[in-house]
Amino acid sequence: MNETVISVKNLVKKFGDFVANDNLNFEVYKGEIFGFLGANGAGKTTAIRILSGLSSPTSGEVTVAGVDAFHRPELIKKQIGYMCQKFSLYEDLTVKENIILYGGIYGMKIGVIRQRVGELLEKLKFTEYENRIIADLPLGLRQKLAFSVAVLHNPKIVFLDEPTGGVDPVTRRQFWEMIYETASGGITVFVTTHYMDEAEYCDRISIMNEGRIVALDTPGNLKKNYNVGTVEEVFIRIARPEINKN
Amino acid sequence: MKRFLGFVNKEFLHIFRDFRTLIILFGIPVAQILIFGFAVSTEIKNANIAFLDFSNDEITRRIEDKIISSGFFNRTSDILNYNQIDGLFRKGKVREVIVFEKDFSRKLLSEGKATLDIITDGSEPNTATLVTNYTLAITTAFTQDLAKGSLTGAPQIVPQVRMYYNPNLQSHFMFVPGVITLILILICALMTSVTIAREKEFGTMEVLLVSPLKPVQIILGKVTPYFLLSFINVILILILSWLVFDLPVRGSLVLLLLESMLYILMSLSLGILISTVSKTMQQAIFISLIGLMVPTILLSGFIYPIENMPKIYDFVSAIIPPRYFIIIIKNIMIKGTGFLYVWKQTAVLMVMTALFIGVSIRKFKIRLQ
Repeated sequence: MNETVISVKNLVKKFGDFVANDNLNFEVYKGEIFGFLGANGAGKTTAIRILSGLSSPTSGEVTVAGVDAFHRPELIKKQIGYMCQKFSLYEDLTVKENIILYGGIYGMKIGVIRQRVGELLEKLKFTEYENRIIADLPLGLRQKLAFSVAVLHNPKIVFLDEPTGGVDPVTRRQFWEMIYETASGGITVFVTTHYMDEAEYCDRISIMNEGRIVALDTPGNLKKNYNVGTVEEVFIRIARPEINKN
Repeated sequence: MKRFLGFVNKEFLHIFRDFRTLIILFGIPVAQILIFGFAVSTEIKNANIAFLDFSNDEITRRIEDKIISSGFFNRTSDILNYNQIDGLFRKGKVREVIVFEKDFSRKLLSEGKATLDIITDGSEPNTATLVTNYTLAITTAFTQDLAKGSLTGAPQIVPQVRMYYNPNLQSHFMFVPGVITLILILICALMTSVTIAREKEFGTMEVLLVSPLKPVQIILGKVTPYFLLSFINVILILILSWLVFDLPVRGSLVLLLLESMLYILMSLSLGILISTVSKTMQQAIFISLIGLMVPTILLSGFIYPIENMPKIYDFVSAIIPPRYFIIIIKNIMIKGTGFLYVWKQTAVLMVMTALFIGVSIRKFKIRLQ
C-alpha cells in the first residue's frame, strides 16, 4: 500500500499575481482512492491539470507515476486515465467505436482492444448495446461506460473530475462499486466531488481552500479531529470558516 | 501515426453519420452553382418587346427583323398608338417598346437622320439598361451597314465594343469562380471551427488534451477529412460547371488544383483560428457566417467590382483572402494565364495561411498554460 504514485512537494502555480496553488504538499499511494475536495475556485482544477500533464507548475517538485511533471509532462499522459464531469464519449459514435477510438489513442493494439471490448461489455452487462450510438443510452450507462473507457488502457492512475454529476443515487452507488473494484486492482483513483457522502467512501481526503491544502487525512480521523459526525461538517468548517465564527 | 489515423477515422464517422453535415458539404455547393448559374443571370434572353411603327416601310421592317433575329428579344403584339404603351408596361407584358417615327426611311435617306425611340420599363433598372444597350448595338450595326452601301453617306464613327474572354457576356463566367471561392472558404472555415468548438462544448476536448495525442495531431486530425472532402468538392464543381455551363478551364488544370489546395489550407487555418476564439458552436457559426460570407460576397470582387468601390472599401477588401483567390481562379480558368500572372496573389495567400496558423498555435498554447 505504501508505493507512492503521486508525489507533490512545495507545488506553486501562479497566473500573473494570482496564486492558484500555494505550496501544496501531499503523496498518493498505489491502489488508493484519494478524494480531492474543495469549494469552487479553491484551486482543485489547476492542481489536477498539473498532475495530468496539461499545465506545468511554476515551482516545486511533482512526480506522477514516476514521471517528473516539471520537465516531461507529456510522458505522464500515457500513464493516466481521465474522466471529467462533462460527458467524454462521442454521442454520434457507437459504444464499440468509442472504445476502439480511445484504445487507439492510448496506443493499444487493435487485437487487444477487441478482446477488452468483449470482456468489458460482458462485465457491464450491455453486450446488446455494442452497436448502438451513445446518444441512445441512458445517462447512468454512459457514465459507467466513460469510466470503463478511462481505465481501458490499464493506467497507473485515473483522474475523475466530478464523475457523478447529475447521476441518480442508485447509479452513483454502482459507480462507486466500480471505483472500488478498480482500486483493488491496483489502479490509483484520484477523485474530486461535491457530494460529501462520496467523500466518506475515500481512503483519504484532502480539502483545499484558497489555494492551500488545509486538511489531509482519512475521513474517520478528520471527523474525530474536528469533533463532528460527517465529512460534510468538516468541509463546511474548513471552507466557510466565517460561518462558524458567528 | 496509428493514433492519428484512428482519430481521422473518427472525424470521418462524425461527418458521414450526420446528414446535415453531408448536405452542407455537398448539397449546398451543387445548389449554389445551379442557382447562381441559372437564376442569377445578368444576361438578356427572350426579353419581350413591342414595336410601334408609324412608318412601316422597308427599312423599319429590316431593323425589326434584325432585332428579333438577334435572339435576345421576343416580339409580342405590336401596337398602333402611344396610349397603349403604358398598359403594356403596367401588365408587365414587355420590357421595351421601340418607336419608329413617321417617314422613318425617307428622313434617314434624305436628311441622314431619323429618330427611333427606345422606351423601357425603368422599374427594373438593370434589365432596362441591358435591353437599351442591346438595342443600341443592333441599330448601330444596322446604320453602319446602310452607310457602307451608299458611298454618298457621310463617314460615321461608330464605336465597336468587344468583350475579351467572355464575348457573349455569359454571367456564369463570373459566378462559377465566385461560387468556388465562396463555397470553399465557408465550408472549410465553418466546418473546422464548428467541429473544434463542438469538442470544447461537449467536454471531449479536455479528454483529448489529457490523452497522449499531441495538440498538433488533434488539429491535423480535425482538418484532414475536410481538406480531402473540400478538394473533392472543387473537382465536383469544376465537372458540374463544365457539363452544365460548358465553362472551360483554359489554363493549366494542375495549377488550378494546386492553387485550390492552397486556398483550402488557408480557409482551414482560418477555421482553426476562429475556433480558438469561440467557446461554443453557435459562436463559431456566427463568426464564420457573418465574418466570412458577407465580406466574401460583397467585398471580394465576386459580384461588385473592387474598382468601383470607395477607396476605404478597397483597403478593407485587401485583407479578405477570397479577393486574391478570385483573381487567381479567374485568371487560370477564363483567361488561361499561367503562374507568372498570379504569383503575387499566391504569395499573399501563403503569407495569410502562415499568419493564421501562427496565431492559432500561440492562442492554443496560452489556453494550455
